[in-house]
Amino acid sequence: MSDGERPPDAERQPDAERQPGEVRSEVSVHKGQAPEREGVTRAQQAKEPAAALGPGQFTAQMREWGTSFERRFPWWSRAVATVLIVFAILLPFLFTQTSGFLNATIISLAYVVMALGLNIVVGFAGLLDLGYVAFYALGAYSVGWFGSGFFFNEHIHVGASHIQNTLPGIHLNFLLIVICAVVIAALAGIIIGLPTLRLRSDYIAIVTLAFGEIVRVFAINGQSIQLGGGQTLTAGNLGIPAVDLPYFPVIGSFNLLKLRPWYWLILALMFVVLFVNLRLRDSRLGRAWVALREDEVAAVSMGIPAVRTKLLAYAIGATFGGISGAFLGAYFTTVNAGQFAFSFSIFVLAMIIVGGLGSIWGAVLGALLLSYTNYYLIPDVFNDIPTKIGLNFNLTQLSFGIFGFLLVLVMVLRPQGLFPERRRRLELTGEVAAEDAQLVESQTAV
Amino acid sequence: MPAVAVRPLAAIRKWIGRWGLIVALLALPVYYGIRDLVHGYSSGFVNGHAVINHDLTQLGFNLVSGVSNGSIWALIAMGYTLVYGIIELINFAHGDVFMIGSFVAVGIYASFGLTATTGAFGLIGGLLVTLIVSMLVCGSLNVLIERVAYRPLRGAPKLAPLITAVGFSFILQNVGLLWKGGSPVGVPDLINQNKTVFKISGVIIHRADVLAIAVTVPLVFALTWFIGRTRAGRAMRATAQDPEAARLMGINVNSTISLTFLLGGMLAGAAGLVYALYETNVWYFQGFEAGLIAFTAAVMGGIGNVRGAVLGGIIIGCIQQLSDSRLGPQWTPAVVFGYLILVMVLRPRGLLGEETREAG
Repeated sequence: MSDGERPPDAERQPDAERQPGEVRSEVSVHKGQAPEREGVTRAQQAKEPAAALGPGQFTAQMREWGTSFERRFPWWSRAVATVLIVFAILLPFLFTQTSGFLNATIISLAYVVMALGLNIVVGFAGLLDLGYVAFYALGAYSVGWFGSGFFFNEHIHVGASHIQNTLPGIHLNFLLIVICAVVIAALAGIIIGLPTLRLRSDYIAIVTLAFGEIVRVFAINGQSIQLGGGQTLTAGNLGIPAVDLPYFPVIGSFNLLKLRPWYWLILALMFVVLFVNLRLRDSRLGRAWVALREDEVAAVSMGIPAVRTKLLAYAIGATFGGISGAFLGAYFTTVNAGQFAFSFSIFVLAMIIVGGLGSIWGAVLGALLLSYTNYYLIPDVFNDIPTKIGLNFNLTQLSFGIFGFLLVLVMVLRPQGLFPERRRRLELTGEVAAEDAQLVESQTAV
Repeated sequence: MPAVAVRPLAAIRKWIGRWGLIVALLALPVYYGIRDLVHGYSSGFVNGHAVINHDLTQLGFNLVSGVSNGSIWALIAMGYTLVYGIIELINFAHGDVFMIGSFVAVGIYASFGLTATTGAFGLIGGLLVTLIVSMLVCGSLNVLIERVAYRPLRGAPKLAPLITAVGFSFILQNVGLLWKGGSPVGVPDLINQNKTVFKISGVIIHRADVLAIAVTVPLVFALTWFIGRTRAGRAMRATAQDPEAARLMGINVNSTISLTFLLGGMLAGAAGLVYALYETNVWYFQGFEAGLIAFTAAVMGGIGNVRGAVLGGIIIGCIQQLSDSRLGPQWTPAVVFGYLILVMVLRPRGLLGEETREAG
């Protein structure tokens, strides 16, 4: 894919503009400032001059920002972005409220959120995480715990609908549940991150895998863990049934026969997560992740706090998984331990690698591609082909194999992924890659 | 004062660093051994009354079946560790190669007409032929997968072959699904696996245990001999250490890597036959589960180290048996993975692991 075809993104920022920011950040590293404080200092810089130096200075500042914004996103890129966003918002009107395509799109967008989260851990920070399903599980269980009649001895209702208010159990508003999911997943991310700090890349993979499996085993056997009063931790493979449908005060309660509101909800969540991702990538924290990924020793000796930076990657990545898990839990209206298999982690990992590891647009594209293939193309579109050409067998028996074949095909044809990260593409086309390529060529020649 | 407070902490840390791992590994058998001796365990019912024994027989039985079960994991784990050692790839398709090995072995001895009533001589001969054929089939399958899915990706980003491995794992699982259907299929119990061979102070040793150990031990010795003593084995070690320097020394890196995959696949094929006779059922998902356990074993022993893989496999087999019989099989994965995390925290390079080359 050539440069001109790439969608608008912040990577297009010219190098001349980046340098001041990077110089400043290096200075503050020497001062020993925490990386996450940068947002605060920037905000202060924004407010203080306006208050202290009068309106003239303020408008000048605003104009400067305006020009930098314009230089960063030229008019055509803003136009394309606007068209895409408007199209995404209007998309459900092209389909009926219960269409299979809309259903697949909703699930795909939830996977985009997951992929963006895992991309932070694996793509940015270079920590191979094979236990991402744990955060999906915790997000889904926050819906099961705080948005259903599962804890039937409790009577807690916050921002729930009239009907829900009459039911036993804990019923929180969906947004509150998302916040609970975020907190729980972030804590779990830190707990998973702690034992991996001393480990090398592939050992990290197996320890995260182990945590994912432990969470799954607890989800399955949670039925036998008593919490008092006949309440258990989870409902195991039976599933926590009748999870609350999201309810918002003005809009009303969601309905499984009307898919459009679900679509807009997950689209909004996806945009928030995408925006946070784009901003994080260009932040001090994002650059610290990349530095740790490329060379941990060098990064640490430049003053990057390795422990905190890595744990933040785990926590933030986990957060997005939790958000998506909460949404999917509510959308499937049941929280079943059978959903949280190891293959789920692999599925999400495949998305970001097929998309191009470390690239945000790659993660979005990879997630859409693989989940549409899995949830729409193979079951709904390809499935008819054998009968159309006169063969009498069901393609769903082959769905595994087709999916695996596609994975192999895509990776062999485009090893760097569909949308490689800019930095990685430079590496691949630059000197380093040339040397490697020479080595490979001579190896195959021997 | 920090100086005062730190010193005992440092001593504790040093102690944990030296003894923590041993204490952690022995904790489970010692705890259950003491519990058996003090509280006793029920070994069956006589006239409606539970018979309570106060000895270590049950613990011994757990450990024996742990070792024999673990030797199957060891065979698979060696394949993981060989491949990881040479190209630093977690070969997710390996467990499914093992599953195909089981299916092939079952198919072959069924076509030989071997049944539980075949005479001892015919049985052993037939099983030996089956073993060799299924080893060759799995070895070639593994080489083929390497050729198609991993070789084109040499020099690509490190995680790209991981995804083709996952892709092949899915493809092989689908093949297994179409071959034997979606649920476990019973296979004839050729060796009468529950028959007692001998007893050591009350601990019964079954035929299945003897079979697993009798297949694994020679293969482990053959493999260590091959890697340590032959020219090709030396080429493998050289390639694992530094592929570029190995190439400069005139080693054909590609064929050495193919050889590694061949050996790994052959071990998986042997494990496939033993597993089919040991468990007396096969199904398409067995490869995935066994692959996960064997990979854990390889990592626990120190990935890239063949002896470590064997040790890891046997330790995990014992943990599994102890947990199966005391805590219930539904908790076993959590116990195994909990142990893995403990080992990783106490010894980040695995039990016998050493520094491996960072992938460039």
